[in-house]
Amino acid sequence: MKTTESRRNGTKALSSYARPDGRGARPTRPMTDFSIIGKPIAMVDAAGKTSGAGKYTDDLSLPGMLVGKILHSPHPHARIERIDTSKAEQLDGVIAVAIGADAPNTYGILPVGHDEHALAVDKVRYVGDNVACVAAEDEATAESALELIDVDYELLPAYFDPEDSMKTERDLIHDNKAHNLEKDYHHVFGDPEKGFAEADQIAEARYIANEVTHAAMEPHSTLASFELDSHTGKLGRLTVWSSTQVPYYLQHKLSLVLEMPMSQIRVIKPLVGGGFGGKSEVIPLEIIAAIAARKAKRPVKITYTREEVFWAHRGRPRTIIDLKTGVKNDGRITAVKARVVQDGGGYCSYGVVTILYSGALLGALYDIPNIQYDGYRVLTNKPACGAMRGHGTVNVRFAFESQLDELAARINLDRAEIRRRNLLQPPCITVNGLRVQSYGLPECIDKVVERSDWQNRKGKLPRGRGLGIACSHYVSGAANSIIRSDMPHSTVNIKIDRDGGVVVYTGASEIGQGSDTMTAQIAAEVLGCSLARVKVIAADTDLTPIDIGSYSSRVTFMAGNATLRAAQEVKKQIASAAAKKMVCSPEELVFRNDLVSRNGGAGTGHVGTGALARPVPAGFLGTNSSAHASVSGRVEGQILRGSLQQKRKDQGPKDSMSFEEAVVAAIDFHGALTGTGSYAPPPEARGGKHKGAGVGPSPAYSYSAQVAEVTVDEDTGEVTVHKVWAAHDCGRALNPVSVEGQIIGSVWMGMGQALTEEMIWKDGLLMNPGLLEYRSPSSVESPEVEPIIVESIDAEGPFGAKECSEGSLAATIPAIANAIYDAVGIRLHEAPFTPERVLAALRAKKNAKTLNLTEGVDPTAPARFREHGGAVWFKGKGAERVGRAPSPANGD
Amino acid sequence: MKKQLLELRVNGRTHEIAIEPNRLLLDALRVDLQLTGSKRGCDDSSCGACTVLVDGTPMLSCTMLAASCEGEEITTIEGISEHGALAAIQKAYGDWGGAQCGFCTPGFMMTVKHLLATNPNPSEADIREALSSNLCRCTGYSQMYEAIKAAIEAEQKAGHQPQSGEIV
Repeated sequence: MKTTESRRNGTKALSSYARPDGRGARPTRPMTDFSIIGKPIAMVDAAGKTSGAGKYTDDLSLPGMLVGKILHSPHPHARIERIDTSKAEQLDGVIAVAIGADAPNTYGILPVGHDEHALAVDKVRYVGDNVACVAAEDEATAESALELIDVDYELLPAYFDPEDSMKTERDLIHDNKAHNLEKDYHHVFGDPEKGFAEADQIAEARYIANEVTHAAMEPHSTLASFELDSHTGKLGRLTVWSSTQVPYYLQHKLSLVLEMPMSQIRVIKPLVGGGFGGKSEVIPLEIIAAIAARKAKRPVKITYTREEVFWAHRGRPRTIIDLKTGVKNDGRITAVKARVVQDGGGYCSYGVVTILYSGALLGALYDIPNIQYDGYRVLTNKPACGAMRGHGTVNVRFAFESQLDELAARINLDRAEIRRRNLLQPPCITVNGLRVQSYGLPECIDKVVERSDWQNRKGKLPRGRGLGIACSHYVSGAANSIIRSDMPHSTVNIKIDRDGGVVVYTGASEIGQGSDTMTAQIAAEVLGCSLARVKVIAADTDLTPIDIGSYSSRVTFMAGNATLRAAQEVKKQIASAAAKKMVCSPEELVFRNDLVSRNGGAGTGHVGTGALARPVPAGFLGTNSSAHASVSGRVEGQILRGSLQQKRKDQGPKDSMSFEEAVVAAIDFHGALTGTGSYAPPPEARGGKHKGAGVGPSPAYSYSAQVAEVTVDEDTGEVTVHKVWAAHDCGRALNPVSVEGQIIGSVWMGMGQALTEEMIWKDGLLMNPGLLEYRSPSSVESPEVEPIIVESIDAEGPFGAKECSEGSLAATIPAIANAIYDAVGIRLHEAPFTPERVLAALRAKKNAKTLNLTEGVDPTAPARFREHGGAVWFKGKGAERVGRAPSPANGD
Repeated sequence: MKKQLLELRVNGRTHEIAIEPNRLLLDALRVDLQLTGSKRGCDDSSCGACTVLVDGTPMLSCTMLAASCEGEEITTIEGISEHGALAAIQKAYGDWGGAQCGFCTPGFMMTVKHLLATNPNPSEADIREALSSNLCRCTGYSQMYEAIKAAIEAEQKAGHQPQSGEIV
């Protein structure tokens, strides 16, 4: 059991970081000589969150601020013939009504997918598409004005099923996308046909993972305000506060749509209430707020209602996976063939990247010699799908790990063992061009097998109770940016002034995952100063250098490396000046605990209390012990030059200096103390040469193995997850509290997708656009998750760290599916595993007739859209209902 | 709708505000009184981010009229720190990772405050049941249980035994 030293800001030490009841006691790790890295610390912004003082975008207001409300399309696919806003404009309190013609330029998060208008120009492509925006003095007026906008639509045939949509030749969703096909890729690596010929067992099946969404607790919100140009009196610079994971991309897209230079646009990210990918691209309201502010000449804030958040979506697409896997009798995989169809919704969004990840991340987990991948990203008349935690890999991983489990049963091999038989031998480059270096998967499997007592309990649990195992992995940031350029992916500036305060400027976005804390920790560790000295200024495009944002789990690896380099640069400057004062070489100096001391001198073994200008404790200065007495002229953390010179004269060269003294010496010597660091992934990590090779490569991959224990009620079909053991290789845990939080959160979100979460669509209408109907697990439905940190110490990660926020999610769904098989012998091929699907599979197994619980009446299908409780601004009758073939039976 | 004068008691102080009779308590707090700690996560009382205490009982301010709270003692997240410092539960949530993005945290704080006021030594099942009124999308709740246990321990070590019914 590991004890921890005192914590920052005078917060009390946790006497032991192990859980109070002894569960989950931390395994002993090699002792490291870090003072801040690896310690469980509270996030640097925790107090603002627990006290309610922290400000999120919707908490902000400006003098003269207007409320914006958006009119959404009631039709899934229609041409706009006419929009008449005159009645709305005349309503008292309405300042402006914006429509598509006010900003007709297209944009999209991917350079290959500029297919969106902030407000529809000619066509609407899903129920909920954005048509007009009212900026009014208050919310009630804005909502009344929406009712006064007249829009004439010419209805077009709409497509809701991707496989139907692919067959169409007319009434295309986008004219330049034949067969409504956004993109298709066909990759062959190795010789799959030969691989299948060599296999002793081949399994082939169709898997379906239904659509899920992020449902971050904070609804999207944007506040946009123009300044008056002091020379012309016209609208000048634009400032946007927005709930975004990617301030730089938002600045870029605003510039495209508003036709303003990027330098005239400032994007500030306040606290963000969760993203999970939903805020990793530019959501229409972020641009609409700026368009409305320009038209109204006043600041405009738009905050989505929860229902609008569901329509804005950008979540994980419904995915149909036809998967074929071949294995030898010894368990070795010989070949994999996957055909993946994704129901992408009405716009490209991140779609091209999603469909590529689905194929590319078949590699880099196991050693698979032959892979065939056919991926189809299809457009349908539903809200666009985008990036969501575990982007692209989750649904395919569910299929793959389920099928591997099935094959293990067929060849009578332990289900953990078949995974061990297919391990990579890193360092290596996989058949599809992914470079793998650190690889903690073997240890992850060992740990979960050991902790769950797998060997003694597997197959011995009573009927209805089962254990399942599965593995997953994820990138630590994409090696290739979506905007192809030689730009570094992260840049960090550090400034230290005479007060001894360290200010880190980073574009990385704190969204709750601990980005700011990680940045402060790395800077403090390198500079050997206390965490309380470090102030992180993040995600403000005027102040912070470009960083491409918080997505694909890139921040720790990339922004962390940039912080490390910037801090090292500053440290070098301090060292050279301090060395002069101490009459030694800079290499002899050790920076630790707010002291700069000569090698072997004082200063180790003591952890800073975090107070600025802390008097150096007696005894730490060795022979010169009188030197620690407080220096006259010291004012609140500053050391005035005159007094310092006097002191030096008195004392001659020393063995040790306080951090502030060293900083002052460096500023005197160099004139200023700043450092810059940037990170770009190395060329050898950037993947192969084939079309689409840019997506999938990462400088490092995280690894995860999980065992889930479930019970299945065979009468009701209800699945209960009791416990999940989750081992995750995060390279090095910079802050174990954060890492464990990310692992538990990922597993929990995966469990939601496995059991309850599903967006239910009827003819392009979302039947469950609310947090009561979209079933995110509550505390009573959430299992105990035992996080197990595995540290493989990556050679290129900052202090060896890699990804930890997404990779665990993908293993949870198949671990639960495999546990259900262990419990009651059914293989579920469609997620989530709702009671209906479990019961259907149980009956199918007994060759019993499928129960039709609703007797042909579909309780989720209202005659008209409005009847399910759609909000007032969805006007009109809604989509006409069409008959639909019954869903195929689930399971085998 | 014509505005009317209303007296609201919030965090021990009386505020006079002019609001429409149909104004929701959450809007009165966030917009009229600028107490933005209570959050709007859903609009339909499904997420709990807007939880405040009305006469000591956790209520969802997004589906309550401000006018219906006249004369009652409203406590928001801004009112629960102690002597200008974080209350034990606030600190424990930070230390144990009970808050990640923090958006749901004020609502949880109010729910936990009420739990500990009515049940000073809750079992894990009690805690789970109490927390089920609030949704969190980041943590999976596990670290909140540790935080709550740690806060109870800290309170007990500090020699303060909360009595049943007392707002700690």
